[in-house]
Amino acid sequence: MLRREGEIRIPSGCAIAGIINRQGERFGGSDIIASIANMHQRSNGLGGGFAAYGIYPEYQDYYALHIYYDDETARQLTENYLNQNFRIVVNEMLPLRPLRRIVDAPLIWRYFVRPREEKLMLTHMGEDDFIFQAVMWINDCLRGAFVASSGKNMGAFKGVGYPEDLGEFFRLEEYHAYLWTAHGRFPTNTPGWWGGAHPFTLLNWSVVHNGEISSYSTNRRFLEMYGYKCSLQTDTEVIAYTFDFLMRKQQLSLEETLDVIAAPFWTSIQKDAQARLRRRYAALLLNGPFSIIVATGNGLVAVNDRIKLRPLVAGTRGNYLYVASEESAIRVVAPVLEKIWTPGGGEPVVGLLNDMEGLTAVPDQQSRSA
Amino acid sequence: MTMKMLTPAFAVQRDTDRCIRCRVCVNQCANEVHYMDEDGWMWVDEDRCVGCQRCGVLCPTHALSITEFPMQFRSNRYWTPSHIREIYAQAQTGGVLLTGMGNPRLYRSFFDHLLLNASQVTNPSIDPLREPMELTTYLGNKDMDKPDQEKPQLRLKVPVMFAAMSYGAVSLNVQKSLAMAAREMGTMWNTGEGGLHADLREYSPNTIVQVASGRFGVNPDYLQAAAAVEIKIGQGAKPGIGGHLPGEKVTPDVAQTRMIPTWSDAISPAPHHDIYSIEDLAQLVETLKVATGYTKPIAVKVAAVHNIAAIASGIVRAGADIVVIDGFRGATGAAPLRIRDNTGIPIEVALAQVHQRLLDEGIRQRASLVVSGGIRSSADVIKAIILGADAVYIGTAALIALGCHMCQCCFTGRCNWGIATTDPHLSKRLNPHLGAEMAANLLRAWEHEIKEMMGGMGINSVDSLRGNRLMLRGIGLERHELELLGVLAAGE
Repeated sequence: MLRREGEIRIPSGCAIAGIINRQGERFGGSDIIASIANMHQRSNGLGGGFAAYGIYPEYQDYYALHIYYDDETARQLTENYLNQNFRIVVNEMLPLRPLRRIVDAPLIWRYFVRPREEKLMLTHMGEDDFIFQAVMWINDCLRGAFVASSGKNMGAFKGVGYPEDLGEFFRLEEYHAYLWTAHGRFPTNTPGWWGGAHPFTLLNWSVVHNGEISSYSTNRRFLEMYGYKCSLQTDTEVIAYTFDFLMRKQQLSLEETLDVIAAPFWTSIQKDAQARLRRRYAALLLNGPFSIIVATGNGLVAVNDRIKLRPLVAGTRGNYLYVASEESAIRVVAPVLEKIWTPGGGEPVVGLLNDMEGLTAVPDQQSRSA
Repeated sequence: MTMKMLTPAFAVQRDTDRCIRCRVCVNQCANEVHYMDEDGWMWVDEDRCVGCQRCGVLCPTHALSITEFPMQFRSNRYWTPSHIREIYAQAQTGGVLLTGMGNPRLYRSFFDHLLLNASQVTNPSIDPLREPMELTTYLGNKDMDKPDQEKPQLRLKVPVMFAAMSYGAVSLNVQKSLAMAAREMGTMWNTGEGGLHADLREYSPNTIVQVASGRFGVNPDYLQAAAAVEIKIGQGAKPGIGGHLPGEKVTPDVAQTRMIPTWSDAISPAPHHDIYSIEDLAQLVETLKVATGYTKPIAVKVAAVHNIAAIASGIVRAGADIVVIDGFRGATGAAPLRIRDNTGIPIEVALAQVHQRLLDEGIRQRASLVVSGGIRSSADVIKAIILGADAVYIGTAALIALGCHMCQCCFTGRCNWGIATTDPHLSKRLNPHLGAEMAANLLRAWEHEIKEMMGGMGINSVDSLRGNRLMLRGIGLERHELELLGVLAAGE
């Protein structure tokens, strides 16, 4: 019997795209769908998805949980757990549009939650750490339940199918975001599992990824030392956790984080601080071919592996920054650009909201009374 | 009184048509196997032959061949020839059997049951001739409170170092060869427990000095001179056993380097008599850190024994910056044969378990892991790194590069290849400049091969190989062995 993803590691090729309005103005999902649909041949119908930031302004102080269930039992078990640990203000099915091309969809539910005060007191944790633990626990221990996203004012919409079909299925035209990323997947086997699709998320982090992380097993073992559970066995999961670990837990800047994951070669390292970072986090060098778009609430960064073994193009027009695997995917939504370029290996494309200093981890909600 | 019971171990055959009576063999054999009588006839005393092949290799007309003596014991699968021979030897001497080099017995070698991965389609392989391929490795504690408070690190351009072999056990020319090769290749050589000879001080930046149970040669200068200090608790060839350099090897030069009287036996006790427990080790580690002003990594070397994962964890918690684990194939200049052949565990299993234990305990960052004991090729090196090692030590392989022919008689002091001896006439057979070139060439060749294999896997930094067990598959291994090694089976 074929083992499903999560039980076995599956390499895949892909298309990625991202759009941010750096003034924070929100726009509908049609552009990102058009962009990713333009790269149809780069995926094979076994996975696609979107991350959208700024979609839940009315609940921006609550964690938005998108959870996939195999069946009602899994949902009941998970909701028991959620009720014990969280104050849930909204508990609803995600609005969907049934499509003939999208089959075997799981039950998809959305919750807006805050951790219960007494639980935070008992565990001595900040809200983010509490959510982190809950996500790890549900994905690892609750069979048939899977957290697709867990950030604030953001959500992931992903599944098995072509991305443009999934966009329709998830009714993305009804959401408005200032930052969208998208992914079309070409896994090399597997019947496809909804949890295995991109983006991968944790708290406000989301990652879409084209490539294969050959250092997966090294990265994973390192992250596991710090409580990360790589239950999905995909490369992309370790990218999301790597960003969370370095930026949220270790408080590194974006520049420092990039010096770890796409470290300069020893021969080109000039600064002592860079060498120290590389030595310290040697096990978090992401090796192998990749282009990724990592997003949080205040921006995105797109970057290649250090010898650029996967495509990545970026362009700007007005307040918009576009990144994609192919130029055509940008031109299809923005035919006239002020600037378009192909970043070199390890050279980041950073798009931040104008009023923000730099890409940061989710602001840590240590103040429990807030 | 003894009775003759044995044929010689080796047969020396001389093709008299080829022999030109040049007496190279007579001059070369320190065991005095060959001699020429006054009438010019060549004779051999095969009982003295150890099978080192020096005469056969140097014979200008290839008139000599050395083979195992053709007479065989009556076949018996249980009472093997070595069992019978060893009993004869003990019946004659009443002594503990001594031997040299590593465990030669037919235990399963896990290295030979592991296969490497390579990229196909989903992931491009990388050509090391076109793209940078990084082997640079830093050894030391990488767990820091603040980013700018880095603990001392040892930089290796190739993750292969020369293992501890003391002056006395090996000739000074061996140490010179390895020290020069280490400098040339940007790696380290290790003094072993024999002090640091004055001639080798110039190689300090590439020198690891050892502090072992006899404390031979240890003084403030010695510690200051080194790039790192290694506390030797045990070695794979003889876990739990000390060392004994016989007095006849303690020449004035050896004596001075070891800081002991000339021609006196140099005995390293089995334990350190100031380390009877793990907390005592912590004190010695701290003492050495203080003595070196917290500027050098402190390594602790132990033999791979049954409970190695817990022991290694204790060593890390005792403050060691580098843990060295020597597997049961590890070699020696002299060890009791029964200990060498029956004690310890394979390095592959020990390494896999230690790496995983340190990860599980969340302390892998606090120390680097170096393994040794039977590393025969670049494939063994890369497999060790994938199982979780930061670097390896090679001893036997380095000596073979210098001419060792594995006769396993290092303890006699009559090494015809000028390696395991302090006899000045024998020692000068190894020219240190040539030796350095050969040892460096070996590392250069392995470096190329490792880069080729890494490129095939699509990985361009050794950092991404360490503990990357998905890059290995086991072949012909039992399920529990795969689990111990943390690898999947071929085809999975």
